[in-house]
Amino acid sequence: MRVMAESRRRLVSSVFLYAACSVVTLIVVVPLYISILGGFKTMGQLVTQPMNIPLPLMASQYTDLLVGKVGFYWRALVNSSLVAALSVFFELALCACSAFALARLHFRLSSAIYNYFLLGLLFPLAVAVLPLYIQLRGLHLLDRYLGVVLPQVAFQIPLQVLLLRGFFKAIPTELEDASEIDGYGPLGFLWYMVLPLSTPILATSGVLTLVYSWNNFFLPLLVFNSEARFTLPMGVMAFQGVYASDWNLILGYLSLAMVPAIMIFVFAQKYIVAGLTGGAVKG
Amino acid sequence: MTDTMTAAGRRTNLRLWRGARKAGFPTLVLLLGPALVLFTVFVVIPVAQAAVYSLYRWNGLGPLSTFRGLQNFAALARDTIFQKALWHNILIVIVSLVIEIPLALGVALIIGRSNFKLAVFFRTFFFMPYVLSEVITGILWQFIYHPQYGLIHSIAALLSPTSPAPVLLGNPRITLWAIMVVIIWKYFGFHMTILIAGLQDIPVELQEAARIDGASSGQVFRHVTLPLLRTTLQISMFFSIIGSFQVFDVVWAMGKGDPVNAAETMVTYLYKFGIQRFQIGYGSSVALTIFVICLAFSILYRKLVMREER
Repeated sequence: MRVMAESRRRLVSSVFLYAACSVVTLIVVVPLYISILGGFKTMGQLVTQPMNIPLPLMASQYTDLLVGKVGFYWRALVNSSLVAALSVFFELALCACSAFALARLHFRLSSAIYNYFLLGLLFPLAVAVLPLYIQLRGLHLLDRYLGVVLPQVAFQIPLQVLLLRGFFKAIPTELEDASEIDGYGPLGFLWYMVLPLSTPILATSGVLTLVYSWNNFFLPLLVFNSEARFTLPMGVMAFQGVYASDWNLILGYLSLAMVPAIMIFVFAQKYIVAGLTGGAVKG
Repeated sequence: MTDTMTAAGRRTNLRLWRGARKAGFPTLVLLLGPALVLFTVFVVIPVAQAAVYSLYRWNGLGPLSTFRGLQNFAALARDTIFQKALWHNILIVIVSLVIEIPLALGVALIIGRSNFKLAVFFRTFFFMPYVLSEVITGILWQFIYHPQYGLIHSIAALLSPTSPAPVLLGNPRITLWAIMVVIIWKYFGFHMTILIAGLQDIPVELQEAARIDGASSGQVFRHVTLPLLRTTLQISMFFSIIGSFQVFDVVWAMGKGDPVNAAETMVTYLYKFGIQRFQIGYGSSVALTIFVICLAFSILYRKLVMREER
């Protein structure tokens, strides 16, 4: 009898837990669902059939956006991709090199330089933003890709150096000895041993920068002022400004803008989670 | 051992490529130089400049000449809109701690259970909003909240067909709360993910042992799980609070802090006064204030909250 009561209690509690999770899932998913379907609806259907799949599907919003009849979707997508690719490239190159030097090489200023980088963890981007604007104006980087890429990478350095240095430090000394016997110096060791061994952490670091760059809004808002340079978040903002009440069209644009982010998420979730929890729990 | 080897290396080959560990100066410059330059030029110098500019009245053109001492800060402290903005940030902090983190913890406890099937499925969905940009999220929710076309309209029509849908973003008394819902929607999955990682570090044996000793699941949670999860929870709270002080994108995308500054935050205030009106001096005093608040908070948090573990 006790066993039965116990198992019934378990059943009830697990039904309750699944129900709770399903409700939260609905709250997360419904806005996305509405957005994607909304792009297929007429304005009338948005009001009369908020949750239904509209029949027939009205694809003209999406096709208009995709062929460039309205808005600059592809332009914004290319801009976002370009800024992200450059940022990831520079971030990996700079942070892997400095993290390696700080983790494996012995020199006098090592810990001083490491602490100097860590100082950056205390500075939110917002604090630097006004002088940064003046700085970029002086360097003629306003309205240029590098004007977003370079500061973005600079603000990623503290976190990424922290992440990579921890990993590089854990590589066994024996490998260093081996590479030394093979006649390699520090750069050879970095290139032939450390980097190939570190692909998971490099992927994690790169993906974190990719997501950061992809979603960054403040810096592009500051630096880019011609529409030809707008990234996706800026493109969405500008688009909404122009098509203020054509919500089916705006939802179409929103959904298209979400696609790359969701794709990044699907393919790189493992690395994103590893980076966040590794940085958070161990840091 | 190393010394003889590097000495041998140096003798046979003079290239700086050789000689591990004791790297030559050129190697160090090559490895560290670019990052140091970039970090100094785009992070350290601007922060230092913000501190200097905050003491002047300056529109970003011409020389810094009108020295004002601490008057910018005095004006800022008197400004009712800034006071409002600061209060809004504090409200966001409170809501994050009282609603967002407990929600994330609850979900993490359910999903983190080893016998919970579909955990991966739920986890993926809950975490997904984190990767969407805040701007896209904000505009999407603008639609949800739209009194004529949005989901809120449909729900209202369902509940009471006669009365019109409530105006959420246009109503100064509700705007901020409506935005907080979006913030929680976007970020609870992030905290859940961190907390699940923390839960997985707790040895299952401890919880089982407590259960064998006759502890109820509530007692196991209170006396075993929660104390062991404390460090993770503290880190999660830290992120949440620091993030709450710097909220910008989502507010900007959902009405730029208006109507009548109802959702103004410190950073939207900084953007409006510093960039849009180009008062670099005054804006910098805002920036510095945000920095000092975050810094003071970090130090206090480390001293008061994180100290207990040891």
